[in-house]
Formats: sequence, structure tokens, C-alpha cells
Amino acid sequence: MASPVRVTLEVNGVRQSADVEPRLLLVHMLRDKLGLTGTHVGCDTSNCGACTVHINGEAVKSCTVLAVQADGAQVRTIEGMGSEGSLHPLQEAFWEHHGLQCGYCTPGMIMAAAHLLDTNPEPSEEDVREALAGNLCRCTGYHNIVKAVLSAARTRETGSAEEPPPPEEGQRTGQELAREGLGA
Amino acid sequence: MSAGGNGHGHVGQRMRRKEDPRLIMGRASYVEDINVTGQLWCAFVRSPEAHAKIASIDTSAAKARDGIHAVFTGEDLDMEQGLPHAWVPPGVEVATPDHWPLAKGEVNHVGDPVAVVVGNDRYGVVDAAEDVIVEYDPLPAVTDPMAALQDGSPLVHEHLGSNKVHEWGLGSEDVEQALQSADVVVERTVVNHRTAGAPIEPRGVLADYKAGSLTLWSSTQVPNFVRLFTALIVGISEERVRVIAPEVGGGFGSKLQVYGEEILLAWVSRRLDRPVKWIETRSENMLVSHHGRDQIARVRMGATRDGKITALHTQITADFGAYLMLLTGVIPSLGAFVMSGCYEIPSVRVDITGVFTNKCPTDAIRGAGRPEATHMIEVTLEQLAHELGMDRLELRRRNFISEFPYQTPLAVAYDSGNYPGTLDLLLEHIDPDRVRAEADELRSQGIYRGIGFSTYTEICGLAPSRVAGPQVVGVQAGLWESALVRVSVTGGVTVYTGTSPHGQGHETGFAQIVADRLGVDPEHVEVIHGDTGTGPQGLGTYGSRTLSVGGEAVARATAKVADKARRIVAHALEAAPEDIEVRDGKFSVKGSPDKGMTLAEVAGEAYVPADALPADMEPGLEETTFYDPENFVFPFGAHACVVDIDAETGRVDIVRYVAVDDCGRAINPNLIDGQVHGGVVHAIGQALYERVHYDDNGQLVTGTFADYALPSAADVPSFETDRTETPSPVNSLGVKGIGEAGTIAASAAITNAVIDALRPAGVSYMNMPLSPMRVWEAVQEAKGGVA
Repeated sequence: MASPVRVTLEVNGVRQSADVEPRLLLVHMLRDKLGLTGTHVGCDTSNCGACTVHINGEAVKSCTVLAVQADGAQVRTIEGMGSEGSLHPLQEAFWEHHGLQCGYCTPGMIMAAAHLLDTNPEPSEEDVREALAGNLCRCTGYHNIVKAVLSAARTRETGSAEEPPPPEEGQRTGQELAREGLGA
Repeated sequence: MSAGGNGHGHVGQRMRRKEDPRLIMGRASYVEDINVTGQLWCAFVRSPEAHAKIASIDTSAAKARDGIHAVFTGEDLDMEQGLPHAWVPPGVEVATPDHWPLAKGEVNHVGDPVAVVVGNDRYGVVDAAEDVIVEYDPLPAVTDPMAALQDGSPLVHEHLGSNKVHEWGLGSEDVEQALQSADVVVERTVVNHRTAGAPIEPRGVLADYKAGSLTLWSSTQVPNFVRLFTALIVGISEERVRVIAPEVGGGFGSKLQVYGEEILLAWVSRRLDRPVKWIETRSENMLVSHHGRDQIARVRMGATRDGKITALHTQITADFGAYLMLLTGVIPSLGAFVMSGCYEIPSVRVDITGVFTNKCPTDAIRGAGRPEATHMIEVTLEQLAHELGMDRLELRRRNFISEFPYQTPLAVAYDSGNYPGTLDLLLEHIDPDRVRAEADELRSQGIYRGIGFSTYTEICGLAPSRVAGPQVVGVQAGLWESALVRVSVTGGVTVYTGTSPHGQGHETGFAQIVADRLGVDPEHVEVIHGDTGTGPQGLGTYGSRTLSVGGEAVARATAKVADKARRIVAHALEAAPEDIEVRDGKFSVKGSPDKGMTLAEVAGEAYVPADALPADMEPGLEETTFYDPENFVFPFGAHACVVDIDAETGRVDIVRYVAVDDCGRAINPNLIDGQVHGGVVHAIGQALYERVHYDDNGQLVTGTFADYALPSAADVPSFETDRTETPSPVNSLGVKGIGEAGTIAASAAITNAVIDALRPAGVSYMNMPLSPMRVWEAVQEAKGGVA
């Protein structure tokens, strides 16, 4: 086993450090080292998207990124999206429109959808379907997920809290990782 | 009490789900999210061979690695019985091979587990598993069920002497005669290819044995079955086994099982005196979580010239794979019970032959036998309509069953139905003539548009034990369901159900039922499930049984609580119990709405009894029910699908999908719509994209989500759904089931649409999956070109 490497991340606004094996996947660092179990693993080929998180503002499949690659990055997970009493508009919309059943794909869906709305605040149905094509759901048939995302887009137009933009350098790392690591 | 209760009418409302807050915030706990101090991780060594003798296993290098506590093989197992097959049909011999959690001497399909490695770290056990050296002496494998039945085929289980598992038949003895006297007979070979359940959460097990007791967390639909068989096989007294299905990330039948990993982890935990955990990878899930379908049927449908169907015979060869798991053998038989569909057919017969092959076992996957049956009838019926030169819907109408209950020639009696009703409503949403006109226009652009239909009925609500149990169908279990309804001291309600959800929304639907009957807000009704350590004995969630069996049990237990509450209120207010009604959140005296008590006040009397209880009444306010229905329930509906096919590429696009379903009374229409959407997409997956594919050597070709194509959001349309409500007379709620209906109905509608679209191109029949390649080939073949 290669010697552990120090990785420091800012996760949901909190600075977190851990000594990790160089091969440790970011998703396992989030889940097993930091206890953030809202991010799920549903496949081993980067197809299902259940592990989607934001790295420096970009939606990335965290099963396809090594923790060491994310060193220094700002990471946002489902736990950082909203909480009881102050849910993110997407969380509200998924609830309101029955956009989830077993809930396993939901965190990844919400993170992917949030990135879509950040980059395309007024998506068409087709835009939503294309943007979520890398996130698989076996329960809902996607109908109500699409409905929820379109509804959240309308809500957001009327104004809601946005996450602050990441620093420029971080943005570049995020985009690079997104390009290299997004998988399907 | 009326079906909707007599309170505030939460039943029937589109209430948003009580389950959702924890799920949308990422705060739910699935098995992988649960950790126990001191836990070790497990990884499996699995066979890369489809069929082989195990010559030797060398575990020394693996054991020598840092942090590895143990490596076990089949030789280490000291269990007296293997994994269960719970189907023993009376009078039918079922060849049943031993099936151990780790292979003993021979592997019979790729993925068969050979060894388990136990160690400190989840990555470390995977490394060590790669160091286990297994030498195999390969044996010839067979993957085609038809070939497996031929003389001289390699035998999956040499000692059984044949690959034939069983022969089972049901229905009219005179079917051959009836077919011979029909004016017209259409015969088709209908292939329902092998598919995977593919819940997005793979399976996972955490076993914690200490001081004689075992707690087992498993991603399962059936915690009580897992408890029973873990106790029996591992040898722990059942009361000392607690199985918990925490949040479960989808099942679709693939978690209606007692898996070797569940049994084995319990055994390893006891052996090592440590908690042990295993999380299935997706690749393992595709290899070893049971598959579904895989039936080849010779279907013959006979009719008179004027369109009266007179005979139907289906002869099914069912590929069971290498072993019989919990319900493997009975799955095609579940379809047999509704083989006559919505139609009054005087002579119907089903004959089934089960076959072993060197593939993963099949068992229940969403619909379990009924999607296959519906596909056989509905596709063959449209073929017959073409043969007769008759409109497809007219042919259906001429044969619809119109009086209920209806005793079929297939041993069951349909409870209720209104088949013209759902078809009429479907046609309010979609005009086939208009689709036809659009199709004529599009053809000049190289696009073939077609429309297909499916009018289905299905059998669900498993239960009733009297029929499904050992004496008739042969499932070695009772199939009732239980509920315990407990009112707390402050008037809140806790419901314990034996059903075990994985996305369906039990917590919401059951709360709506209880709320109306006790005059409380659903917000104050909590539903506890999936834990054998709480509540009464139960049987789990499968076969669209949750509402019609589990929900009815909840309604009945609630009625008992309401009855006791009425007697307490009557005593306190000096009225007759029959004059107490639930109205506006109170148990009040009929005609005097001011005189009444809230449930909290009633609970106060029940738990702090001064002189307020009748003399012969025990304190407390909770009741338990075990409900075993008199009959199954039979949901039905009419679906239409419109497809566009690009003749150049063979790609099929679903342009419109309209589903009209009738699942009896609606408790929460949101939940119904959600089940229909998901069910239909499951069938779209089978019809167009998904196929579990083995090569001739028994290697799984579709072992990941990169090769096994689940439909994505970009592959499917939005849906148009509507409902009629024909109450079931079987239960007091008037409900049927809806979890599988979409999947049961849809593959036939899609296939019929594709065939309809391609008829102008000369294609008259196709089997699934209707992938671009196969569609393109069919078009080329029809043109007389070289495919």
C-alpha cells in the first residue's frame, strides 16, 4: 500500500483534512472519512450518477475522481444544499412533485439538476432530459423528476440564495476534473 | 365504515410523501450508510467459468496480507441445508439441486461465489481476493434453454440426469381440439428475453453476531423470510435473529430473495465473533442478483372468422439458470393464472417446462410472469386481428369479459373489472385515426410511425394463502399480512406493518388510511417497517400486495382501535358506542358534534384509567390484525403507445405513451402515477434497450451499466396517465395493486406499435428487444436484402 497522502478540502463550507491512500475515491473520502453518506454509489463505471457532487461549482461524478485530485477544491454535497426549514428549491420541488421514490438516485439527481440550473436558468424539457442523461433512476420513469426540475427553474427565477462563485483557479480545476472525470 | 373512512378525507388526496424530507436532504440510512464499531469488510472470489470443477483453491497468499482475518471456501461451510426454494407444487416433481452460499466442488455459472475474504479495510479485501488462486477444470456449458433440453446437451447438474426442472400445466384439457376446430389459428414464437432488476442501490449486508444473538441489516424486500432462513440455515434460534431492512434503494423483485451473501455473512460474523459488512458492486449485481423473464413461448390463438377467440395454448420454456432460488420455479406459473387476459376464451391452456442452464438463476422481477403472459396474449391478439382483417380494438371488444366475478379456465376468479371503460377513456386521450394520418405523412420523410395497444389484466395482492399456499399453488408459506396500530399516551399513532417498502410510499399511504379512521392528521401517524424486532410477524413487499393486503390489515387494525375508542367515549359521555362517529378530528356523539373527545383525550383515558374505562375493558389503546384475503385482486387497464422509427438507423422513439389504469379506489393518486411512470419505463427498457446477454460459453457480456442499457431521461417521453376506479369487492378499502401494472402492460403496447409502424415496410412480427440493429435488420430482411 502506498503511503497516505494529506488531502484538504472545503466541504459544504467546512475545511476538512484527512490522510488517505492515493487510490481512495473522492466518494469514499466523503462517505467513509467525512461521514457524508448522502452521496451514493450505484455503479462502478460512472454511468449512474448517484455520486454526483459539485467540485468548484461543476457537477462531477465523485466515483471517478481520486480524493487527491480534489485536494484544495471546494466540494458541495447534498448535505450542503439545504436543511429542514430551508430546503433548496430543487429539494422542495422534488418533494412537491413526487420526484423520488426509493431516494437512492435523488442526491445525485439534485446535484446534477442544480448544475444545470446554474448554467441554464430557463431550460426546456429537452434540456433537462439531456442534462440528466448521466443520472439513472429505476423508480420514477423520470416524468416527475423532469417536472420537478422545470418547476424549480421557475421558482429560482423569482430569486433564491445562490452559492458564492468559486475562486478563478478553483473553477479551472473543477472544469478540468469535469472534463476528465465525468465519465458517461 | 365507507371505503374512504368517515373522517376528513385524507384518502384520495395527492398528499406529498412523509418519507421525502430525509431522502432529499441526504439524511436517509441505507445499509452502506450503517457502520458498527469493529466491523470487518468482506469481498467475494467469484467464478470466471460458466461450468467447471474446482480443482484447488490456494488462499495462503490472501491470508498472509496485512489486515486479513480469514478466507473461507465451500469446504469450510458446516451448514446442513443450503439456500431455499420455497415452491413445492402438489403432484409435480421439481428437480432441485443443492445451492450453497459458497460453491462446493463445482461452479455452475459465471459469478458463482467460491471464497469470501474478510479483513479490516474495504479496499484491502478486494486486493486479497485477487490473491486467492483457484484452479478450475472447465466443463462444457449450455446457455440456450432449447438446446439444454436436447439429448446430448451438457448437463448443468450431472447427478440430476437432465436439464429439465419440471413440467407444469394448467387449464382446459380440450385445447388441442378447440384449436383444430377454429376458423383461424395464428401461431407465434414469443421471446421474453432475460432482464435485470437493476435497482440503483445494489445489495448490501451487515451482520453483527454477539453473545448468541444476530442483528442483520440487509437491503431486502423480505426481512422476515431472511430472518427465518438465516436462523434455520446458520443454526441460530429464530427469536435471536433480528433482520432490519433500513432504507432500501429499490428492489423490483431482485431483493425478494434469500441470498447466499445474507446467510454467509451471518455465518462469518458468528465464526469470527465480529460484525462483518459486504456491499455489492454493480458488476456483482449484474452477475449474481437474480435475473428475470427468459421465457420462450409457442403461442397459438384460435378464433372464428368473425372474431371470437375460441382457444389459446401457450407452451412456455422457462430458463431458470443454474439453481432454483426462493421462487424461481413458480414465476412462469404466476403468469399462467392470467394467460387469458381480459378475454372470455372458452378453452385456454398453459404448459410450462423449466430448464437449467449455466446462467444466473431467474426469479421475480417486476411483474414476475405476468409481463410475459400479457406480452404473449396482447401481441398475438394484434397478429390475429391482422390475420382476420379486423380492427385491433374491435377484436378486443368482441372478446372482453363483461360479468364479474368471472371464473376463468385457469383456476382463478377475477374480482371486478370494466375493460370497455378503460379503453373508452384511453380513446378520449388518443385518436388512432389521427395517428394513422400522421403516419401516412411522415413516411415520405423516411419515418415510420405506428400505434400499438395493450389491454391487460393482472393478478396481484399475494395472498390468499388458501390458494397461493402449499395446497394449491404450492408456495411453502402463508401469504397474509399483519398490522399493529398503537396510539401513544398523547394521541399520536404508530403503525407497524409487516410489508417492507423500497420506494413505494407506504409511510404516506398508510398514514392517510389511519388518519381518516381515527380523526388525526397524517402528520401524527408514523409507519414503522422493515424490522423483525418491532411489530408483528410479517411477509414483506412484492406482488403488488402492499395496499390490498398490508393496507387492508392496517385498516382493520385501525378499525379495532377506533372501535375501542368509541366504547371509551361512549362510556365517558354516557352514550351508546354505535352513536359515536369520527368527525372533524373528534370521536363525537351523532347529532351532537360538540359532545366529543379527541384521540388524545381518548388515549388519556385508556392509559391513565381512573373511572373512565368500562369495567370489563383492559387499559391501553393498540390492536393487531392478521389479514388473509379471500381472493387475489385483478387490476386492469388500457395503454397506447406511438412510436417513430427511423428506417435508416432502426432507432425507435416513443412519441406518446398513454396509460389508463384501474387499480380500484385510489388512496394517493401521486403514488399511483409514480408507480405507473416507473413501471412503464421498466417495460420500455425491456422492449427497446435492456438485455442480459450471455455468449455461447456462458460469459456475461452485459456486466455493467455501460453494457446493460437502462433507459435514461433522454430516452423516454413524459407520460399521459388517467384512471377509472372500479372497487375491488375483496377488501374493505376497495383497492387493488399498481406497482407492477405499468410493466405488465407496456411491453406489448410498444412491440405492437413497432410492428404497426413497420407493416408498410413489410415487417409483420418482431420479438424484443427492438434495438436499432434488430429493427434495421428486420426492415432489410423484409426488403429481401441481405441483413
